[in-house]
Amino acid sequence: MLNTDIDAIVPMLCVTLAGLVTMIAEAFRRPGERMPMGWLGILGLAGAAASTAVLWGRNAQGFGVIAADNFGLFVTIVLVVVGVLTIMFSSPVVTRDGIPSGEYYSLVLFAIVGMIMMGSATDLLVIFIGLEILSLAVYVLTGIRRDTPEGTEAAFKYFLLGAFSSAFFLYGIALTYGITGSTRLADVGSYLAAASTAGSPLILIALGLLLVGFAFKISAVPFHMWTPDAYQGAPAIVTGFMSTGVKVAAFAAFARVFLSSFEPFKSDWTPLVAALAALTMILGTVVGVAQDSLKRMLGYSSIAHGGYLLVAMVAANQLGKQAILFYLLAYAVTNLAAFGVIALLGTREHGNDRLSDYAGLWHTHPHLAALMTVSLLSLGGLPPTAGFVAKYYIFIAAVSAGHYGLAIIGVLTSVVSVFFYLRVVVNMYMAEPAGAPVPPKVTGLGMAALTLAIIAIFVLGILPTPVIDLAGKSISTIF
Amino acid sequence: MPLLTLSWLVPLAGAVLLLLIGNADERRSGLIRWLALAVSIAAFGVTVAMWMAFDASSSEFQLVERAAWIPAFGIEYHLGVDGISLLLVVLTGFLTPIALLSSWESVERKVKEFSIFMLALEAAMIGVFVSLDLFLFYVFWDAMLIPMYFLIGIWGYDQRIYAAFKFMLYTMAGSVLMLVAILALAYMHSESTGSYSFDVVKLYTLQIAPETQRWLFLAFTVAFAIKVPLFPFHTWLPDAHVQAPTAGSIILAGVLLKMGTYGLVRFSFPLFPDAAIEFAPWIAMLAVIGIVYGALVAMVQPDMKKLVAYSSVSHLGFVVLGICAVNEIGIQGAVYQMLAHGVSTGGLFLIVGMLSDRRHTRLIGEFGGLRNVMPRLTAAFFIITLASIGMPGLNGFIGEFLTMLGGWLWNPRYVIGAGLGVILSAVYMLWMFQRVYLGPVTNDKNAALPDLSPREWASVVPLCAMAVFMGVAPVIFTAPTAPSVKKIVERVQDRRSVTVDNSFGGSLSERPEPAFAEATAGKRSERPERSERSGR
Repeated sequence: MLNTDIDAIVPMLCVTLAGLVTMIAEAFRRPGERMPMGWLGILGLAGAAASTAVLWGRNAQGFGVIAADNFGLFVTIVLVVVGVLTIMFSSPVVTRDGIPSGEYYSLVLFAIVGMIMMGSATDLLVIFIGLEILSLAVYVLTGIRRDTPEGTEAAFKYFLLGAFSSAFFLYGIALTYGITGSTRLADVGSYLAAASTAGSPLILIALGLLLVGFAFKISAVPFHMWTPDAYQGAPAIVTGFMSTGVKVAAFAAFARVFLSSFEPFKSDWTPLVAALAALTMILGTVVGVAQDSLKRMLGYSSIAHGGYLLVAMVAANQLGKQAILFYLLAYAVTNLAAFGVIALLGTREHGNDRLSDYAGLWHTHPHLAALMTVSLLSLGGLPPTAGFVAKYYIFIAAVSAGHYGLAIIGVLTSVVSVFFYLRVVVNMYMAEPAGAPVPPKVTGLGMAALTLAIIAIFVLGILPTPVIDLAGKSISTIF
Repeated sequence: MPLLTLSWLVPLAGAVLLLLIGNADERRSGLIRWLALAVSIAAFGVTVAMWMAFDASSSEFQLVERAAWIPAFGIEYHLGVDGISLLLVVLTGFLTPIALLSSWESVERKVKEFSIFMLALEAAMIGVFVSLDLFLFYVFWDAMLIPMYFLIGIWGYDQRIYAAFKFMLYTMAGSVLMLVAILALAYMHSESTGSYSFDVVKLYTLQIAPETQRWLFLAFTVAFAIKVPLFPFHTWLPDAHVQAPTAGSIILAGVLLKMGTYGLVRFSFPLFPDAAIEFAPWIAMLAVIGIVYGALVAMVQPDMKKLVAYSSVSHLGFVVLGICAVNEIGIQGAVYQMLAHGVSTGGLFLIVGMLSDRRHTRLIGEFGGLRNVMPRLTAAFFIITLASIGMPGLNGFIGEFLTMLGGWLWNPRYVIGAGLGVILSAVYMLWMFQRVYLGPVTNDKNAALPDLSPREWASVVPLCAMAVFMGVAPVIFTAPTAPSVKKIVERVQDRRSVTVDNSFGGSLSERPEPAFAEATAGKRSERPERSERSGR
């Protein structure tokens, strides 16, 4: 590689290129002709992964606004994993549901570009651009099944509230610029560090607005209202994609902004974020208990997982920063596996996402039931799965920072969450089939993706050391 | 040979092996049953080999294996046994084949999955006992819940789902707080030495302020108290026991409950000696309440399984009382009672399960006069009953006697209540025996029940033999535990004084109550005499 400016954005370029090619291919596709669009996407993501490996440790900076530092690259890897799994799960779903495959895959790829940008940007405005790229793609993906009223409703709701939160975020950027005279994170950080004693109310307002913007995207309570509806209305695999990808990108940017630039104001935002974390964990789990739709239930569960991540933000020590990265990877793999099962079990007419649809799944699809159980137990944080090590990581970070209260809320809400994850397990294993039509057998790419995800869950749960070391190296460059 | 790794790996590998065998339409169920049994017997062989390799005269952790696991947090794969954990591992190895035999015919559907869960459960239970790294311990401790949850929930009786949920959530609610306490310990270790550690041997030497100890002790102890179960945390137990399949009940009563008392001995008391001494009177009080309450409730149960379940609450109270005494006799008795209870209650559940398989009911009122129909089963049940109520010459006696003696040396008040429990246990057990087995056959359905089959013989005889053997030759089981028990008692008593002297010398006056001081004095003076005896 020759030019460092370009180097830093090569991962994004690879994915963008794949997205463009997919879009063009769709334009030339004759009706009825099938094209391997998914493979194009995987190819692009593989390119991104390869360039990430080359860039590792080189701390390349692009145009002063994109940093291919190890932190950004770790996030990129997580997003590549999310993208590859999503595309693999999508391949049977797209054909089954008659979703226009060119549009679908290019939107997924563009969303990933936005996410990578958000995770690597070192300028508030570029973060915002990344946020908008991913949001627009995800709004459309939510409503991609135009034949379902729920999808349209969900997309509309998501769009309205998302636009609203973007406005908050943008206003926060504007105020920050007004005070510090820059949107570059490094400049903002050094200005604030120098002026930290002043404690101007204006900067607190800017901070609050940015916080609200992020809180919307990571669906922290009380800014979570859109989440359950959007998650329930979108096709299952899209829900899996946005509940992982968007969260990964938003948390990466959140950590970058708040743990480096706004570090000097930590004592101001810590209580706020701590309150958000506690509320998010509690509401996410307690309301999750009452859900009968699996998608909605996992929607609330993903809210709760956002709460655990916020605990790591509050801890804000070295461990906490590493924990965020590790947790994002573990959560992404686990949650995608769970949504993958839901997506694969649906049919075109019937989403099969009611709890009762899973009755007796063990008898009809023993392997799927076992894989679903593993991912649910991992979401619940039981050993020896990725979810356990991830939660452990967060809680030891919280304990090391003296936040015992949050750690205790965290572990107790995990128990409550285990209750609703087990409800699914009970239905799969301990209830008789309800007489609903047996969903089709699952084979091919979908099954391959599930197997990969489950292997990852166990590897992260039993031998997490390589990833922990990687996370340790990732944060050493920026914080 | 890495015996400790083998001890948990053999059952786990067996479970994975079974996973690979296709069993559509239960065609290979027979093969799977035999394979599972063979694996569990092999695992028992490993545990016995452990005992052979164990040096009973040493109080150190033995057969130690350690390797870095997650170095970033100082987490190690660190295994080792002392006398206490050794015998509990052997008990686990001993009971698992019996539990598998008990389900030979009663589990008909999904035999493969049943066997996998049983073996995975065995692996996790052994892992709990051999782990010396708190993180590893917690992994096994929590992982153990998953197979047990499925065993109760899939192969249990009518209310199985409710019982499985209750079991899982109760236990988890307790154990997650322990997780926070474990993390806090590791963090304190890093504060004082600069690196995280979950190594229990290192953590034993950690100096913790008494105020902090109180919280950590409570977090650990509540987790263990739920498992034991100590009154008033016992309400999950009757449900889980009654609804679990026979094999589940045997393992639950035989091994799982001991994980709670083992945790008290291994972690709660030696890690937090000041808090332990401070809270011991309260815990002992709960234990005595449990002894009497469990016995009284057992007495009025119409369901045999529930009766045995409540009797466990009562019997485990003795164990906790012995531990709270924090003297050698008491803890020695507690360890012995753990083993004895595992054998005798395992046997009770086994035989009740046999009756339930035959009649599909466990109500005492449905039976009567079984002695006339099935004399052999009656004889086996009688032996186990006597063992359970603490008849001298059988295993229950030694444990109850030692725990009460230990309790007496500490504070005689508790022993009065416990003694009442001994009498009551004779009442409820013998009364049940009389109603079920003696008298004429009142219910026609019982008239033609078959006596023990060869398979049932194979599962009952080892338990009866063990009950007698442990009763007449207790020294075989006390010899390996004595040095370890002595060390734990010294650790609690001595470290306590160190902490008080060093950091809280000024507050010494507000500490021990007179009764405790006396007991300590008494214990100290007779220590040489007793170690002589147990070394015999």
